[in-house]
Formats: sequence, C-alpha cells, structure tokens
Amino acid sequence: MPLIKSVRGVGHRVVDSVWRLGVASRFLALTLMQSGMSFRRFQLIVKEMFSSGVMSLIIIGVAGLFVGMVLGLQGYETLKRYGSESALGSLVALSLVRELGPVLAALLFASRAGSAMTAEIGLMKATEQVAAMEMMAVSPIARVVAPRFWAGVISMPLLAAIFSAMGVFGGYVVGVVMIGVDEGSFWSQMQASVDFREDIINGVIKSFVFGVAVTVIALFEGFDAPPTAEGVSGATTRTVVESSLAILMLDFILTAFMFRGV
Amino acid sequence: MSEQALVEIRDVNFSYDQRPVLNGINMSFGKGKVIAVMGGSGCGKTTLFRLIGGALRPTRGEVRIDGKVIHDLDDKGLYEMRRKMGVLFQFGALFTDMSVFDNVAFQMREHTDLPEEIIHDLVMMKLHAVGLRGTHQLMPAELSGGMARRVALARTIALDPMLILYDEPFAGLDPISLSVVGQLIRKLNDALGTTSVVVTHDVQESLKIVDYVYFISDGVIRAEGTPDEIRASSDPFVHQFVHGEMDGPLPFHYPAAATYAQDMGVTD
Repeated sequence: MPLIKSVRGVGHRVVDSVWRLGVASRFLALTLMQSGMSFRRFQLIVKEMFSSGVMSLIIIGVAGLFVGMVLGLQGYETLKRYGSESALGSLVALSLVRELGPVLAALLFASRAGSAMTAEIGLMKATEQVAAMEMMAVSPIARVVAPRFWAGVISMPLLAAIFSAMGVFGGYVVGVVMIGVDEGSFWSQMQASVDFREDIINGVIKSFVFGVAVTVIALFEGFDAPPTAEGVSGATTRTVVESSLAILMLDFILTAFMFRGV
Repeated sequence: MSEQALVEIRDVNFSYDQRPVLNGINMSFGKGKVIAVMGGSGCGKTTLFRLIGGALRPTRGEVRIDGKVIHDLDDKGLYEMRRKMGVLFQFGALFTDMSVFDNVAFQMREHTDLPEEIIHDLVMMKLHAVGLRGTHQLMPAELSGGMARRVALARTIALDPMLILYDEPFAGLDPISLSVVGQLIRKLNDALGTTSVVVTHDVQESLKIVDYVYFISDGVIRAEGTPDEIRASSDPFVHQFVHGEMDGPLPFHYPAAATYAQDMGVTD
C-alpha cells in the first residue's frame, strides 16, 4: 500500500506539473495576443524597463566586472602553462559572449527583477488591485502583464551585453593592467577570434530566449499566486528556482544547436 | 418585480464545488435607490456581489442588469457592461504605483480619448466631491484608511456609472470616516442618479443611508424591508443582528461533536 500511495503521489505531481505548464503556455499566448496596447502606448513598456532593466544595471555591471576579472586571472594561469598568454583576450571574450554573459546576466535578472515582478503582481492580487482592474473593464493581462513581459524581453539582451562588456573590461584590467599581458595581442586576438554571427548574434539569441523564459515564469507565478503573504512568498521563491533551472536547461539545448551543430 | 429595476436577481443558486452558498435568492434593485445586502461573515454576501459583477456564474437562476443577463455575456459584452458599473472594494484597492490623481484618471485614460486638460478638470471635480482635491499629488501609501476609501470612491464614480457596488465600504474605519463615507454614498447616488448596492454588516450606519435592506443568512433571504421596517421587525434573526445580540438564531457556540462535559472529561 505505501508503494501505491507513493506512485500515486508521483503521478499526481506529474499531472499537476503538466497542467501548470499548459496554463502557463495559455498565459503566454494571451499575453502575446493582448500586447497591442503595450506597443501603442510604448511609455508603459519604457516605465517597466526602468524598473526591471535600469534598476538591475548596478548588480549586472558589478557582477560582470568581477566575473571578467576572475576569468582574467584563471585564464592567464592556464594559458601560461602552454605559453599562450596572448590568447587571454579571446578566452575572456568568447567565454563571456557565448556563455557567461547571457547565462549569468539571466540568473541575476531572475533574482533581481523576476522576483520583484512576481512579488509586485502577487501583492496587487492580494490587495484586490487586479480584481479592481477587471471590474473597471481593463484587462490586467494587457495593462499589467504585457508591458512587463516586453520590458523584460527587451532588457535582457541589453543587460547581457553590458555584463559581457564589463567582463571584458575586468579581464583587461587584470590581464593587461595588473599582470602585464601585451595589450595589442589582448585586443587583436579577441577581434580575430570573436565572430559576429557565430558568437555575438548567438549570444543575443540566447539572452532573448532567457528573457522570455524568466519573464513569463515571473509573471505567471505572480498572477497565479494565492492572495496571501505565504502565497506571494512561495511564488517568489518558485520564480527564482524555476527560472534558474529553465535558464541552465535552455542554455544546454541552445548551445548544443548553436555551437555543436546538433 | 419593479418595472424600474436596474438589477434583477431571479431564483439564484450558487455552490462552491458541492458546498451550497446561495439558495433561491430573489432580489430587485430599483433605479436611483441605495440597497443594503446584510448578513454575518460567510453568509454569501460577497458571492452575491461577485455574481452581480459577472465574476461568477450562478449554478441556477439569472442575474439581469439593465435587462441583460450578465453571465450570458461574452468577454466583450461583459467589459462593456462593466464600463457602466463602479465597484468600491473593501479596502479601496487603489493602484499603489500611481498617485491619487492617476488612480482617479485611470479609467478616463483607458476608456476615453479625452485630452489631458479635460481629464485634469474631471479628476479635480471627482476629488472635490469626496473632499480630497488637496491630495491629488499624494501616493496611496500616504493616505489614511478613510482617505484611501474616499479616493477609491472618487475613482469609482470617474465615468459616472449607472450602478455602483460597494463591498464592505465601512470596514476598518473610525467613526468620523465611517459617517463621511456613508453620507458620500448617499449624496453621490442622488447627485449622479445612479443605483447603489452596499454589501455590508454595519447595520447602524447602513440603516441611516439606504432605501431598502435584504438580510441574508445561510444562503437565503431571511428578511427584507425599509430601514424603518427593519428597525421595528420582531423577527428573531433581524432583532439579533440589528441589536448585536451574542446569542440567538445565529448561535454563539459552533456546533461540537461531543458535549462540553465529555470534552472536559467530566463523567457521572
């Protein structure tokens, strides 16, 4: 009997997860269908870009700088063994543009802006602001969700680019200024090895996909949160956990298609 | 049923899953009237409120507003109907990321193409009507509970609705704010020629301002009448409710499976 009970429990969780995935997909479809107003009144998106994008700039910039500095240090130590210190610029830039920039920026975005979006919408629901909007014949999906969705989707690639740029600068400071790698070879190797379409565009595509995933998860969890303090708190936690897992899983899939030609 | 009824509720039943909440409710709210729907907590008042707003669908019966069955309307029809309705939520439900001015202007900006100058004048008029013109630059967090309720009232009348629904408008207010909100409900209703439905359990304040009262208990209408009829009623339920008696048809003790003596372990 305990075996049947545990199998039933697993089955229940699987069915529940699939059901939630379906509801989230419908939520995304509704958001896309009701996005017209957001673009007609673009200031709504701009306002949300300030909250989610601009307000994330400091954490993204500082994190990018330190990640680049660590890459500079570790990369130099490894490359020195093979006498290839001049390739430090390539290593730092490729690591950041292809992987670390989009992935780490998305993880930070999920923690900083995603959790804030979930908490804000969850609290709007708990304080009947969403219900009030419905009763005023204004669709909360069109007025609250869609502008935040597009703000997140537009902000994410920009934040990833800033993360990578700050990382390259950090690598330069450590590699060239502090350790003494030749400045000319640092930049020229980087310029020669980073391909615009293969590396930069693929990185932008990745961060765009992560932006969609993180923002949809954050908005859906907020909209679906039980209207209680415990419900909003649980939804915020789920946003960070689910977004982080989604980013890492999507990164593997995208990398397999983009760089290994699967 | 009155020919002038704006809201007609006919034989409405509603259940959450298998739990019945409303059972055979019949009501009629005449145009220009202020009607109170009263009852204890959990009696089905808020469910009725949501049925009138079209947020729920009855399991049987129908809710007609201005001649239209609200739960048969499609999304577009429902939104068109809601544009003619105003709803005041229990704690105001002001948008916390907008100023007082923007809260009141919200529906005007969403539903009309009015220029900002006219919206400005209309918002100031609405805020003046509730005595809070001087707060237009404040954020909701800077208002007291009573002021927030009055700003929400100004937002509710922004588009001059034909029907205003009030969900517990007196909850949590000090005596002065409570009296102010009560009088505003009456005055605005008469000035706008609208119909107001006040869902509340505040008997004394409601009886001062309404034209007709429905009492709900256990999902059915237990009593109805004008405020004078209600005050003079000898019905035990109405008497207990109006006078706030501790025990009566609504018992003080929640039913227990065992007797008090058994629960205390006292045996003969």
